[in-house]
Amino acid sequence: MTAQTHATELGPAGAYELAAPEGPLKLALDVFAENRLALASTATFFVILLFCFIGPLVYRTDQVHTNIAQTTRPPSAAHWLGTDDVGYDELGRLMIGGQTSLEVALGAAAVAVLVGVLWGAVAGYFGGVVDAAMMRVVDAILAIPALFLLLFVAAVTTPSVATLIAVVGLIAWLVPARLVRGETLSLRTREYVQAVRVMGGSPLRIILRHIVPNTIGTVLVNATFQVADAILVVAALSFLGLGIPPPAANWGGMLSNGLNYSYAGYWWLIYPPGIVIVVTVVCFNFIGDALRDAFEVRLRRR
Amino acid sequence: MTGYIARRAVQAVVVLLLVTVIVFVMLHALPGGTARAVLGERATNVAIAQFEKQNGFDQPLPVQYWRWLDRVLHGDLGFSYKQNESVSELLAERLPKTMLLAGVSVLLALLVAIPLGFVQALRRNRLIDYVLTGGAFLFYSTPAFWLALVLVTLFAIRFRIFPAQAPQGSIGQILADPAGLVLPVLTIALVSIAFFSRYVRSSTLENLMQDYVRTARAKGASTMRVAFRHVLRNALVPVVTLVGLSLPFVFAGTLISEEIFNYPGTGLLFYNAAVARDYPVLLGVTLVVGVATVMGSLLADICYALLDPRVRLTRERP
Repeated sequence: MTAQTHATELGPAGAYELAAPEGPLKLALDVFAENRLALASTATFFVILLFCFIGPLVYRTDQVHTNIAQTTRPPSAAHWLGTDDVGYDELGRLMIGGQTSLEVALGAAAVAVLVGVLWGAVAGYFGGVVDAAMMRVVDAILAIPALFLLLFVAAVTTPSVATLIAVVGLIAWLVPARLVRGETLSLRTREYVQAVRVMGGSPLRIILRHIVPNTIGTVLVNATFQVADAILVVAALSFLGLGIPPPAANWGGMLSNGLNYSYAGYWWLIYPPGIVIVVTVVCFNFIGDALRDAFEVRLRRR
Repeated sequence: MTGYIARRAVQAVVVLLLVTVIVFVMLHALPGGTARAVLGERATNVAIAQFEKQNGFDQPLPVQYWRWLDRVLHGDLGFSYKQNESVSELLAERLPKTMLLAGVSVLLALLVAIPLGFVQALRRNRLIDYVLTGGAFLFYSTPAFWLALVLVTLFAIRFRIFPAQAPQGSIGQILADPAGLVLPVLTIALVSIAFFSRYVRSSTLENLMQDYVRTARAKGASTMRVAFRHVLRNALVPVVTLVGLSLPFVFAGTLISEEIFNYPGTGLLFYNAAVARDYPVLLGVTLVVGVATVMGSLLADICYALLDPRVRLTRERP
């Protein structure tokens, strides 16, 4: 059996768990739903999603052509949040920039989790030399601060949404790999895993069908934090001048651009992008914290 | 004990070798190779062939790796053609300054974060816990560069208490002007405080649930005595690992802080090299920072084993 057919089988299995009356996922969701802060954060995130992806359909602005006659105008009826230093409407740009920021953050988190889970599960399942070798690789990459690797890659290539997703994701997979490996070490000794092995289930089947689904709690919690961190990392890269080049926009780039005008009093170029970054990141951290409580995972992330 | 340290040291050596492999791969992943990076876009093919022959780049990769490793181990990290100085000299001059900045920041962060996290755990789900948790999340979620510029606006421009420019010159000159260090240190420390205090909080909470706490209470020890005599020291042991784990995070913080305050450390060196595409410097700094992180976490693990016998007695199967 190929990995692909397994992946499609995972879907219905997950749905079954959701429908089961006492499924672990359902229980976790119940605990999560009791946390009002987490619910508010989830709602806020959906509002931000709507703002970024549906907003531009309602509030139409030109985000391609600069308008030198209309630069750094304060908020008015025509431009609700004013215009920036080359005449783009700030509110409209916040929506477009949010699309980039969220796409990169969610994409990078997905890449990180996918690679990390498979790497950790394989290392943990096989154990021994395979495990030692795979985990030392993780240690080595983790030893080099992500920002240094990212700056190096950004200096060598010209960043785009796709390369940023790949690069941020390929650096961020280390932490989920470690977590999943740790959990796999205990999962592989469970009776049901041994039963599958006795029945002749291949390692691939055991890992994809029986081990990976059981790490969902850890993975979900970590993925949430990954999104939060990715937004900040991409913002830092933009600030250092090695982010996605214009006319594409992202929140970090807008914030660092606005900060050039700190002393000119153009507050509408600083606070809107700054606040959406902080609010989004805080939301994801709150959601992650609540999920961790819900799954009772003893993670040592912070 | 020696067994544990030996095992851990062997692991660290393997990781160090892998770090060198990663840096070597990065060196060879440069677009157009090192020769193009050094000689420039318009170099002739003849010049490139000559450069490659002179520097041994026409050899098989394993041979090149071996020779490169040999040079690195002898302290030769390459030559910055852009700055006309050897990378080792650049690093020798700047690394101590970054160590100073990072050290002071981590120390300050710990001094503030430990009491904060401890109080939060003792007053769990009370007002003070909520306020401090909210503050920690807020600081942790704010881009460091924005935080730094808010600090500059407040303390350097409005109140004129601390300068917005970090002290320059030798380490002695930097130490002679501690006021100039305040804002660069605060930039790193504020984010670290948020990070560390969460950790101390959960570590303390975990210890509060242990059996020895109930025993001490049953013997009639007061809440304060249990908290300070029993729980505090046990809760602080994992903080040693935390410092080791947070090294990459702190180095990233120094990069942002040094760039903003023009502090003459390795972070600024790296940033300028990234902008100028000065590859030998980029790779040299990456290697040294990687080595520093590995050594730091090795040191942290050894300290942890010294403090907590359970670590060295439980044999971890590799």
